[in-house]
Amino acid sequence: MADITLQNVVKRYGDGFPAVNDVSLDIADGEFMILVGPSGCGKSTLLRMIVGLEDITEGEVTIAGERVNEKAPKDRNLAMVFQNYALYPHLTVFENIAFPLRLRHQPDEEVRRKVEEAAETLELTEHLDRRPSNLSGGQRQRVAMGRAIVRDASAFLFDEPLSNLDAKLRGQMRTEILRLQRRLGITTVYVTHDQVEAMTLGDRVALLRRGELQQVAAPRALYEEPVNMFVAGFIGSPPMNFLPAVVEGGELRLPVVGFRPPDDVLARVGDRSRVMVGLRPERFTTVTGDGAGPDDVEFEAEVDVVEWLGNEQYAYLPYDEPEGADTTLEELERDLDSERLRSQLVVALDPADAIASGDRIRLRFDPRSMHVFDVETGENLTLGVG
Amino acid sequence: MEGRRTSHWWTVWGVLILAWAMFPLLWMVSLAFKSPETFRAGTPSFFPDEWTWENFQTVFDDELFTSALRNSFGIAIIATVLAVVVAMFAAYAIARLEFPGKRLLLSMALAIAMFPQAALVGPLFNMWRGLGIYDTWLGLIIPYLTFALPLSIWTMSAFFRQIPWEMEQAAQVDGATPWQAFRRVIVPLAAPGVFTTAILTFFFCWNEFLFAISLTSTDRARTVPAALSFFTGQSQFQSPVTAIMAASVVVTIPIVILVLVFQRRIVAGLTSGAVKG
Ligand SMILES: Nc1ncnc2c1ncn2[C@@H]1O[C@H](COP(=O)(O)OP(=O)(O)O)[C@@H](O)[C@H]1O
Ligand SMILES: [Mg+2]
Repeated sequence: MADITLQNVVKRYGDGFPAVNDVSLDIADGEFMILVGPSGCGKSTLLRMIVGLEDITEGEVTIAGERVNEKAPKDRNLAMVFQNYALYPHLTVFENIAFPLRLRHQPDEEVRRKVEEAAETLELTEHLDRRPSNLSGGQRQRVAMGRAIVRDASAFLFDEPLSNLDAKLRGQMRTEILRLQRRLGITTVYVTHDQVEAMTLGDRVALLRRGELQQVAAPRALYEEPVNMFVAGFIGSPPMNFLPAVVEGGELRLPVVGFRPPDDVLARVGDRSRVMVGLRPERFTTVTGDGAGPDDVEFEAEVDVVEWLGNEQYAYLPYDEPEGADTTLEELERDLDSERLRSQLVVALDPADAIASGDRIRLRFDPRSMHVFDVETGENLTLGVG
Repeated sequence: MEGRRTSHWWTVWGVLILAWAMFPLLWMVSLAFKSPETFRAGTPSFFPDEWTWENFQTVFDDELFTSALRNSFGIAIIATVLAVVVAMFAAYAIARLEFPGKRLLLSMALAIAMFPQAALVGPLFNMWRGLGIYDTWLGLIIPYLTFALPLSIWTMSAFFRQIPWEMEQAAQVDGATPWQAFRRVIVPLAAPGVFTTAILTFFFCWNEFLFAISLTSTDRARTVPAALSFFTGQSQFQSPVTAIMAASVVVTIPIVILVLVFQRRIVAGLTSGAVKG
């Protein structure tokens, strides 16, 4: 067991492009840390630098207080589960799990005991004599985990371990990994591009964009207090609505409605004339006559498309994009693997409401639940307000 | 329907090609079992009227043949082992490492493999005589290695390239040194490639004729393909054809055995299951 710290870590590949840029991160002993971000943002590179499969261009990585930059992977005592499992096809499941122990020349009976114990935990006991090629995806996944837990590693590293499984199995394995980590209490770094995994598994989540660390926080804080538009747009599904707003005479004018925001929000906006307003889909409610807060903002819009999923319902409300739309949003779309962020509002409605496309509906939201972002930097201006 | 008709055509083609390839072989076997006196009988038949082991008796009684067989085995096995071991490390480096001049190295290897052997025979003959390795095993092993190595390196680097990098990295994370990762993971996975290469190399050395006939003069190093051309049969007055055919059958047997034994090893697909299925 050990804590892992990264200090101003930089990785430049041959072409000079920094795949990981100046990342500093403290991972506490026993913590479950998630590295998340869109694909290509440098998550795997970061993980591979920790485990020693990739040289560290600049900065320092320490494990249990000891600098490991120059250590070979085998001397770092970390266990890793690869995205493609990387099982040894010529060995049985038993020997696959036993492999790390065999390398350490542990006596046969001890190997047997440990492997059987791991197999028991992972429900692999009856598959021990089979070969990886005869196993299902989920079983292979568990063999890969068995190989990791069988040795007393200082930490577990996972690189998108569930991305090759189908949705149902993924959910199952997710809880299994969580339970295992809680029981063993071993420091874990888990890479994923899936925000559901990030939000459900992690004690803390580190969000990366183009090799740079954006925010490290507990899942709830990440959702409620995103430091910038990128974090706000990445966390949450469907993603946060971003509405360009003009500030005029103490009013915020959105494409769908204009209103006077609370004074402390206005104070944060300062003398900016244009800002970006972020509103989560689930912060909207339909107006049914009662229950409005004193400051709630109401507006009317036409529904274009309705998605009814039984337990949730989403409505898409197009609006006219104002002139001179921002490049900020375009760039953000690209970074977030191009979700459609512009010119339509997504709202989550009560699935009991019967709403059809073409309907005009009245909606309201609490302006305290909105985030206001700087158009240039994307920085969240309303952090800590309200 | 269309698809079915196409596949019928493939079958027909397959049978035709098989017949084309098998005919000389069958003829060879049939001649080997005919008696040397009667094979030119008035009414020739494809299969012998009377099956006889006489020809095999003849070749195994002949020192020319038995020593050639010994030379063939010795030279082919030594050349194959050397070529495969050296090529294994070379191919691993080529498949795994980036180093300056890699492309040049590969194209040079190919160029050597393409080089016309006949152009080398004359100079080699003179050089080997000067060096005193004319008509020795070494004198044949060296040129065989020269031509077998590029072939082996190419085949094996293709096999190595198919083995996922992650396999080796997983081993290193599991606590293996680079050498242990190579020996315990890469070598077993590369085994089909290594066997295939070894067999191809062995065939090349076993069948080679030009160097064998030019760089040998006695029983000391003469291999079977070369020795066959010196075959005279049991007596001067007998045609050596049936005996030569018997000898040919004998030298074909190791090849058939090799293919049968290693067929399962050669079958690729061992790596399936390493990754997502
Ligand atoms: N071996 C490599 N050589 C050059 N560039 C690489 C290499 N591996 C990854 N990269 C680049 O580094 C960036 C981050 O890659 P990676 O860490 O794999 O991203 P992620 O795991 O977040 O999807 C990408 O832009 C990728 O193209
Ligand atoms: Mg990755």
